[in-house]
Amino acid sequence: MTTAIEIKNVSKWFGDFKALDDVSLTTSQGEKVVICGPSGSGKSTLVRCINRLEIHQKGTIKVRGIELTDHDSSISEIRSEVGMVFQQFNLFPHLTVLQNLTLGPTKALGLSQKDANERAFKLLERVRIPEQANKKPGHLSGGQQQRVAIARSLCMEPKIMLFDEPTSALDPEMISEVLDVIVDLANEGMTMVVVTHEMGFARKVADRMVFMDEGKIIEMGKPKDFFDSPKTERCKLFLNQILQH
Amino acid sequence: MKKHFLILVFLLIFLSGCSSQPGAWGWYVIDPTTKGGYNNVMFLLSGFSATIQLSLLAAFFSIILGLVVALPGMSSNYWVRLPSRTYIEFIRAVPLLPMMFWIFYGLPVILKSMGLNIPIDPFWGAVVTLAISDSAFTAEIYRAGIQSIHKGQREAAQTIGLTSFQTMRYVILPQAIKRILPPLANQFIYIVKMSAFASVIGMQELMRRANEVVVSEYRPLEVYTFLIFEYLILVLIISQAVRWLERKMGSDESRG
Repeated sequence: MTTAIEIKNVSKWFGDFKALDDVSLTTSQGEKVVICGPSGSGKSTLVRCINRLEIHQKGTIKVRGIELTDHDSSISEIRSEVGMVFQQFNLFPHLTVLQNLTLGPTKALGLSQKDANERAFKLLERVRIPEQANKKPGHLSGGQQQRVAIARSLCMEPKIMLFDEPTSALDPEMISEVLDVIVDLANEGMTMVVVTHEMGFARKVADRMVFMDEGKIIEMGKPKDFFDSPKTERCKLFLNQILQH
Repeated sequence: MKKHFLILVFLLIFLSGCSSQPGAWGWYVIDPTTKGGYNNVMFLLSGFSATIQLSLLAAFFSIILGLVVALPGMSSNYWVRLPSRTYIEFIRAVPLLPMMFWIFYGLPVILKSMGLNIPIDPFWGAVVTLAISDSAFTAEIYRAGIQSIHKGQREAAQTIGLTSFQTMRYVILPQAIKRILPPLANQFIYIVKMSAFASVIGMQELMRRANEVVVSEYRPLEVYTFLIFEYLILVLIISQAVRWLERKMGSDESRG
């Protein structure tokens, strides 16, 4: 199997606070990794390091064989392979849904507006909101906005998708419409790293579960083992707390 | 409401001078029905053209200069940030009048010593001074507007492969402009008022013309009252425009 992401002995500090503490994680092409853990455990930071939204201070990160360095070329090369979906959607409010999708392809990939529009409409169909193409994001529901954000990311045809708590800012009734889209994507074979607290979803799509706390990877394993017989006390406690209700 | 009240007060002061009581007011000096008064009024009003030209040009250069100063001022690199931060701190600390004297009387000396024979006339001296003095404030307006855009916008732009220039051009500035334009237009009022200082280096604008009429007629009260009205009208027009702009931008503001 080809390696997709290779994280080796990565550490990161915010001032005196050690956000990542010697983290190593390797994922292969097509693999779906779900990361969970209490807030402040470093899971978002880890995902954000993969496409250089945060800069790691120790260790190495390789994405599809390219090492992340200070060189702009390595950063832009990696960003062109990796798509990202944020908790807060981060859609561009001054642009229509369609323009949100085509901005990257036209400006960064140099596609013509016509080709970009064609690509965008296909993806809007896939996330099931082609009828919203000419609306501004502010007029959509949270669930619709997040689906647009996923489509915007896919418009760049990434090989890997990162999801940073994609449903945490959503009203409960909208969570499933977004998760359904992600599950579809997973079934099509997309390589992904997902930070989430949606354990039902994790059980369904994850090839591997990762539990983080205090900047470290505490436990890692197949979903079945992970949920049914967690090895560490901390992981057991965490799962109990979030699975209780 | 407050503004209309203010206009009313001024109008009352003005009308009180029109009563036939012998006293402080002598409106004959700007009474357009007499030949002398008519000439004075036309002379005073003709200052508008210079004041407006001066202000518009100064504002134009200040808007460009401000952006040029503001952008490196927001860099994460200390050495890129430093010159622009120093410029802003320095220019904000220098009062307008000394700066105008320095540019009008001092700068030609430096230019000459460098072998450049560039004369600085009152008009361009004033435009340059006003533009530089104002640019420190416009730079801060840009910075406030740009920094008010949530950092998630920049991150999202980066993840879809935009360069930092493209991010600024297509994502940040179009959103920030709505927050920048109203205070920028407000800053224009400041320029209009400060343009009065150009009178001291011989620019024939509103202030200078009023001074000249005062010297020849010795009627400071009436002439300066008239002068204040001239500025008032100019500023009221601008602030109405600003308000229209704010409404237009506000109604277009979209959520999320």
